[in-house]
Amino acid sequence: MAGADKKGKKEKILRQPMPEQEPAVRAKNFDEVPLGQSAEAAMLEAARCLQCKKPACVKGCPVEVDIPGFIDFVKAGDFTAAISRVWEKNSLPAVCGRVCPQESQCEGLCIVGKKGEPVAIGNLERFVADYERKNKKAALPAIAESTGKKVAVIGSGPSGLTVAGDLIQKGHEVTIYEAFHKPGGVLVYGIPEFRLPKEIVFSEVEGLEEMGVKLDCNNVVGRTVSLDELFEEGYDAIYLGVGAGLPTFLNIPGENLIGILSANEYLTRSNLMKAYRSEYDTPIIKGKNVITLGAGNVAMDSARTALRLGAETSRIVYRRSREEVPARQAEVHHAEEEGVEFFFLTSPVEFLGNEKGRLTGMVGLKMELGEPDASGRRRPLAVEGSEFELDCDLAIISVGAGANPLLTQSTKELELNKWGYIVADENTGKTSKKGVWAGGDIVTGSATVILAMGAGRLAADSIHDYLTLGW
Amino acid sequence: MFEIVKREEMSGGTVILNEISAPLIAKKAKPGQFVILKANETGERIPLTMANTDPEKGTITVIYMVVGKSTALFKDLKVGDIYQDVIGPLGEPTHLEKVGKVVCVGGGTGVAVLHPITRGLKEAGNDVTCIIGARTKDLLILEKEMKAASHDLKVCTDDGTYGHHGFVTDVMKKLLDEGDVKLVVGIGPVPMMKAVSNITKEYNVKTLVSLNPIMIDGTGMCGGCRVTVGGKTKFACVDGPEFDGHKVDFDELMLRLQAYTEDEKKAHEEHCDLKK
Repeated sequence: MAGADKKGKKEKILRQPMPEQEPAVRAKNFDEVPLGQSAEAAMLEAARCLQCKKPACVKGCPVEVDIPGFIDFVKAGDFTAAISRVWEKNSLPAVCGRVCPQESQCEGLCIVGKKGEPVAIGNLERFVADYERKNKKAALPAIAESTGKKVAVIGSGPSGLTVAGDLIQKGHEVTIYEAFHKPGGVLVYGIPEFRLPKEIVFSEVEGLEEMGVKLDCNNVVGRTVSLDELFEEGYDAIYLGVGAGLPTFLNIPGENLIGILSANEYLTRSNLMKAYRSEYDTPIIKGKNVITLGAGNVAMDSARTALRLGAETSRIVYRRSREEVPARQAEVHHAEEEGVEFFFLTSPVEFLGNEKGRLTGMVGLKMELGEPDASGRRRPLAVEGSEFELDCDLAIISVGAGANPLLTQSTKELELNKWGYIVADENTGKTSKKGVWAGGDIVTGSATVILAMGAGRLAADSIHDYLTLGW
Repeated sequence: MFEIVKREEMSGGTVILNEISAPLIAKKAKPGQFVILKANETGERIPLTMANTDPEKGTITVIYMVVGKSTALFKDLKVGDIYQDVIGPLGEPTHLEKVGKVVCVGGGTGVAVLHPITRGLKEAGNDVTCIIGARTKDLLILEKEMKAASHDLKVCTDDGTYGHHGFVTDVMKKLLDEGDVKLVVGIGPVPMMKAVSNITKEYNVKTLVSLNPIMIDGTGMCGGCRVTVGGKTKFACVDGPEFDGHKVDFDELMLRLQAYTEDEKKAHEEHCDLKK
């Protein structure tokens, strides 16, 4: 087997590339873009790790996976031991290996990356998780003796799944409540199949169910059942991980024309309801000329989905410049490769429609960058008289999400901040209501999968302390 | 499991009643609220306002018109079959209070939605007159139930085959002329609700309508159900489904309901061809 040479002299191994579908091919299908690596490539990659005594990468991981530890097992070809090591800290490795922004977390701090390319930690995590899913060799994490305590987890997104996984292992009885008919939250309704195959999410949820976690879908907590009723039913603690989930619109003229959708709606139709597959009944507007407003990861997902649904043009309109784009570079790169066009420094002014109320175009306005604003980014300023028209029959609004008030409004004692997010202790996730914790996007506003998982981890530790020691 | 415990065909088989086992929802639901139903794995999520609930039996009742593939799939379900998913209760309940003289106006399957609201208004101590209408006698639904739910029931048919020959709005106008009406609740096809609201506006009588726009989740996440009310965008699923009829932009709503008409027509035709 090729790899680090056996004489002890470090021969430089280059970062192992991740094979991908060709852009022209993948832009027409919903299959996953990266194809996964071979065991040989993973072991070669693992050999690049310096096994630092004080690993910086671990500090960059919100759930503190023992990165050198699992990589060492990969290097030795013991993938089962590797996944067990990852599982100690991360119950969703197949997901994180795919959607974590490693470049700004673990890999961003990797010492190897100081002089060259960092160790491909994300790809390795993905490899061991996929290997285990195919081979099913590792023993499930041990479950502690039953404590007799019951925990309700509201929302089955990344933070809720993390809390459930942690607490079931500590011997508590856990039930996850999900408003949709399928579990996974944003992993299922938001992130497209070509970036995160749903089979992977369901497999991770099944793993939790095998450990004893109960799942109650179609239950809209706040409507179907209230938090107080859950306490009356005998729950000792409740974790709220309901996500942000309130679409932001632009509030410009013409926004209610047919053909203007929030990214939430567009992606939910395609991802959760599988509108892209003909055997599913949910319809979706297949635009010819599609404009996506915004430039975050969700915008990239929307613009790329539009291409796959047959769009002739898929354009991203963003009011700041390329430097301020909030999406991961890798996502922008993927989108550009597939043919998504970018209109930077352009602000939407108005949507135009026909007599049937259908979208036909958008008026944009050119912007230039001024002084930095509160976010530290240079404020875009309108260039007077620079209006221009873009033809479009589908526009996807992807300018962020707010706090969905459905649950919080129906629960009086929960303290909220001025934006409607739940106020929760930074270190424990405790809310102002006794026995209730919160974490993820409903506390922080839209963030990443792994940050939501990190918040879940902290809350799970705090809930465990409460159940064993008291509030 | 959401089992169908009772099924009836109305209006010559174009309107279907399903009583469905859904104990949690039945316990919680109030008049004016809706559920989302999905028949099977590949099905669409369809919002329907509940026509009745029975907390003791643990059932809810929905009445729907068969208009497309999804409702045709619902129609195929027999007693003992299940809906894979039923979600609810969703939306804000009707604000039921004693105001005095109330007129409830229902058209088509809107009568089903109006039923629990009418009963609730009567129970709240109001003097409730009900006007229900249909194109022709055979299409009329819930006459007996609406009679029981109100103090006085007036029936209209467009073709004069039964009751008053003409529109529900004609009869409503007469009642408004008599004076003293404090509240009108109008539920039915959008053009009917628009007509009702236009008339009551002239009389300055507060009017509630119940909207059923296109939606996915029913929890405020997708924004597909947005309607313009008083110049502001509202989400029917969480802010409604009931709104002040004098403020609703019905024309916009009618257009937005057409978003997927072409796809739906095609899907329905294919479904019908398959069944042949």
